[in-house]
Amino acid sequence: MKQGPKDKVAYKKMAQRHTPKKPVMANCIKAFLVGGMICLLGQFLQGFYIAYFGFNERSASNPTVATLVFIAVLLTGLGVYDRIGQWAGAGSAVPVTGFANAMSSAALEHRSEGYVLGVGGQMFKVAGPVIVFGTVAAFFVALIKQILTMLS
Amino acid sequence: MEIDIQFLWAFLVGGGICVIGQLLMDLTTLTPAHVMTILVCTGAVLDGFGLYEPLIKFAGAGASVPITSFGNALVHGAMAEAQQHGLIGIITGIFEVTSAGISAAIVFSFLASLIFRPRG
Repeated sequence: MKQGPKDKVAYKKMAQRHTPKKPVMANCIKAFLVGGMICLLGQFLQGFYIAYFGFNERSASNPTVATLVFIAVLLTGLGVYDRIGQWAGAGSAVPVTGFANAMSSAALEHRSEGYVLGVGGQMFKVAGPVIVFGTVAAFFVALIKQILTMLS
Repeated sequence: MEIDIQFLWAFLVGGGICVIGQLLMDLTTLTPAHVMTILVCTGAVLDGFGLYEPLIKFAGAGASVPITSFGNALVHGAMAEAQQHGLIGIITGIFEVTSAGISAAIVFSFLASLIFRPRG
């Protein structure tokens, strides 16, 4: 049977009719609440490190991130984080805790393939692209900025 | 009182960035990995224009906890080192600020794989 462009359009329409509509609004509210809560927790931690460990506002974000990463990995190991993620969507994926969750869940998942090829090799399966593209983008941004400052 | 306000902004701005991520996931066919990649690159570009640092000053952890700050921190480390050592500093300094997040994620994830069994 020959398929023309008309069939393609008809198929697309049919597929669209049968795909369940995403509850975009509800998803956004959930993402907002959970993402906001995680950042609020970060703000509390940051205040804690400034008040009790002598960090300043600039340097306190490092131990804050490390602590959040630790909490996220622990919750992933206990199987809690992925359950939060199912409800919160981007709310738990976008903060740095989502990055830690992506790494630790990949590490756990591929453990059965051995520590070197499984845990070591697959840990960056999801987090890798973020690091690669982040680093490449940052390299070019910094390069342009540096050249501009050298020229001026 | 000033600090209390920053808690509110941390919540609102952090939540707002997550909503942008959620919209990208729901309204386009991008996978979560694509969305994270876009956000990281956005953070790097925003810092290139000097726009991300004011946001961190304003919203604190609301801007420094989302993954966008990862791109911002990469540029920051590279620029700090580049000001001291010239162009080569971009390569040597790029991971300077993000070291905490990446090394913590690697070490803790490895330890977790020793202790926990996969679930779900």
